[in-house]
Amino acid sequence: MFASENGLKGDPRLEAISAAIRVVPDFPKKGIMFQDITTLLLDHKAFKHTIDIFVDRYRDMQISVVAGVEARGFLFGPSIALAIGAKFIPLRKPGKLPGKVISESYELEYGHDRLEMHVGTVEPRERVIIIDDLVATGGTLSAAISLLESQGAEVVECACVIGLPEVKGQHKLKGKPLYVLVEPSGVDEFC
Amino acid sequence: MADENEVKDPRIDGIKTKIRVVPDFPKKGIMFQDITTLLLDPKAFKDTIDLFVERYRDMNISVVAGIEARGFIFGPSIALAIGAKFVPLRKPKKLPGEIIFEEYELEYGSDRLEMHVEAVDSGDRALVVDDLIATGGTLSAAMNLLRRVGAEVVECACVIELPELKGRERLEGKPLYVLVEYR
Repeated sequence: MFASENGLKGDPRLEAISAAIRVVPDFPKKGIMFQDITTLLLDHKAFKHTIDIFVDRYRDMQISVVAGVEARGFLFGPSIALAIGAKFIPLRKPGKLPGKVISESYELEYGHDRLEMHVGTVEPRERVIIIDDLVATGGTLSAAISLLESQGAEVVECACVIGLPEVKGQHKLKGKPLYVLVEPSGVDEFC
Repeated sequence: MADENEVKDPRIDGIKTKIRVVPDFPKKGIMFQDITTLLLDPKAFKDTIDLFVERYRDMNISVVAGIEARGFIFGPSIALAIGAKFVPLRKPKKLPGEIIFEEYELEYGSDRLEMHVEAVDSGDRALVVDDLIATGGTLSAAMNLLRRVGAEVVECACVIELPELKGRERLEGKPLYVLVEYR
């Protein structure tokens, strides 16, 4: 669910975060309004607010693992993990992780891709949150949930900075709660 | 290096033991330095970040540039702690805005590193972060990108150095700070 519906209604930090995200029309192809979080990373205060909101939410939820989806999940996940004293697990594109891996495939618009995770990195029943910058269809997050559940972990929640409209009203992903800070920015909002 | 010419910080050994060496990855003969095991130890991971933050917090660093993808695991936490911007240096075609690129050599062929031009400017004092320095090709490309927009590269920082590959010599005199060496 959106942060504004879940205790943070009117929180000025959410507006600062939203304002810091740049929308780039027609990237990577025509018709797509790309939500660019690199401008958020240039705004130290807004970036810190982003991490603080997630940390405040998860610090008392006995989360022992933060799993981040390559590559933009790596920009947010480790800072959250460090602040709440959790392990960080990178979920990576095929062929990058050097040890024994399990993998899960997921749909792209044309074709499919795979996500990999090192085996033996989570204990059964460990409580996990999964982080990515943005959720659109939920395909990547679904694959991530499958990987972690196959190792016996309990996925407590999926967390993203931005949630696309497809996701609104759909508070769960494979039965798991979804927590999102902001909706997509529009073209005119970025100065 | 973190333990050269001075008393070694007691946190260093704890960090070094958490790095897993995987032989013959991605191909035979390469001893791959796997930092994912370091990330599974919250104390050792925190010590890693703390060592960098302690070094850079009073050096007026305004931008931390991290190299995709493992530089993204360390860089943002450092940037947040020292009050700097974070700039991702990425593989081709990932960044949506106006970019500049630098080519660098691979063993077979070459690759490119890209940066958003508007992210950094001539007033900036930059730190470049990656998990490891080997030949120094990628770090050198990163430094070029920052210099081309007029930023001053203050230092390059890596968790691990492979000194036998002499990457330090490719940094055109810029200092390199590493926590552990693997020989």
